Amino acid sequence: MCLAIPSKVVEIKGAVATIDVHGVRRDINITLLPEEIGIGDYVLVHAGFALQKIDREAGDDAIKLINEVLEGD
Amino acid sequence: MITESIYRDKTVVEKIIRQIRRISLKRPVKIMHVCGTHENVINRFGLRDLLPEGVEVIAGPGCPVCVCTAQDIEFAFELAMKKKAVIATFGDMINVPSSVGSLNNAKTQGADVRVVYGPFDAVRIARENPKKQVVLFAVGFETTACGVASIVQQSNLPENFSILSSHRLIPPSMEFLLGVGDLRIDGFLIPGHVVTVMGLAQYKLFPEAYRMPTIAAGFEPVDVLLGVMAAIKQINQGIAKCENVYRRAVHDKGNIKAQMAIKEVFDVVPAYWRGIGKIPRSGLRLKERCKMQDARYRFDTAETWDLGLGAGICPSPASSPQSLPLNDINPGCSCHLIMIGKIKPLDCPLFGNTCVPEAPYGPCMVSMDGTCRVWYKYKRFKI
Ligand code: SF4
Repeated sequence: MCLAIPSKVVEIKGAVATIDVHGVRRDINITLLPEEIGIGDYVLVHAGFALQKIDREAGDDAIKLINEVLEGD
Repeated sequence: MITESIYRDKTVVEKIIRQIRRISLKRPVKIMHVCGTHENVINRFGLRDLLPEGVEVIAGPGCPVCVCTAQDIEFAFELAMKKKAVIATFGDMINVPSSVGSLNNAKTQGADVRVVYGPFDAVRIARENPKKQVVLFAVGFETTACGVASIVQQSNLPENFSILSSHRLIPPSMEFLLGVGDLRIDGFLIPGHVVTVMGLAQYKLFPEAYRMPTIAAGFEPVDVLLGVMAAIKQINQGIAKCENVYRRAVHDKGNIKAQMAIKEVFDVVPAYWRGIGKIPRSGLRLKERCKMQDARYRFDTAETWDLGLGAGICPSPASSPQSLPLNDINPGCSCHLIMIGKIKPLDCPLFGNTCVPEAPYGPCMVSMDGTCRVWYKYKRFKI
């Protein structure tokens, strides 16, 4: 129950967004999100609420970091 | 652009493992995580087997369903049976045993108990059943509490809707564990989604006051391993700080809006943890001005209580932090030791015989966040 799943936003209507997790669609509430989201964004969802927008650039950074750290491997 | 699948990538996992193996440990290290989802990922991908000798990752109290007290379950049971209230709760909560049985037992005896995905579903049930009292039995850590807080902030909640809050907070339980005498921990892996909400600042205490490396990690194998590697490096260098290896979701400040929602709706109070005891400032109780939505207030006249003691009708045990509430853990079950990472499911003689997911004897065998259930699912019968 503690799972927070990154999910893709496919539709937004006011306080509610529709997300797609591996083909399954579900409506979630987005009022707790601190920033604007758009269609195609990924959000972290828990118990019907979007908790945070997934930051793709920070993700890219992390992978770059992994690669750098592991370069000499 | 990257996709989440990179965080499961076998080659990346193997590379990180090689890196970890290259670190020459000065001494064996024990890292504790406090999250059922971490325990799931670790078992599902067999990560423990990949770690070198001398690196141990143990599970702490990361299962909100497990730590919800029997008294709160009994209270919900009574509401369902005697007050004929509809009890709406999350997933595995309906199967957790108490001295009167589980909520599922109440259901088979005719009570209206429903599993909901989120707090909004409970509100919808209340709207659809205006003649019935509908109680959301809300368990969960900060990640769940902010959603519940958000619905309490709504101005148009139906009158027949109330909340039995059994919410718990993660950092106080970690601090409590550090006081458990013979449990030596060298570092913490903290759950990324909780930090996503609450931010890193409230974890600074662990490196600063306890010299504990404290790493916020996500929930894919690569995330967990990066967390473990960061912790080992700090331990080896003799330093302790908060680190975030889950940058794609965790901002250092967390989600201020969600934090505000929790603050506006809940007071932080002492709370009982099943099998563990009373932990100061570790529970969330609805504020005085939200008491019309508080099931404990609506269905009981008690003015004060510690969270976890049902409706305040149970006598408060002499409250040293170690003292356990009554009816807490069945005789022979070792969940109280599992939940603080002192023993492993394999150390319990009932694991897999008398105690199985279909007939759980203790709370840790019920929820998918419970260590015994996770080990059973992934067939970790022997190491
Ligand atoms: S296996 Fe069952 S009885 Fe043993 S500690 Fe786990 S939940 Fe309790």
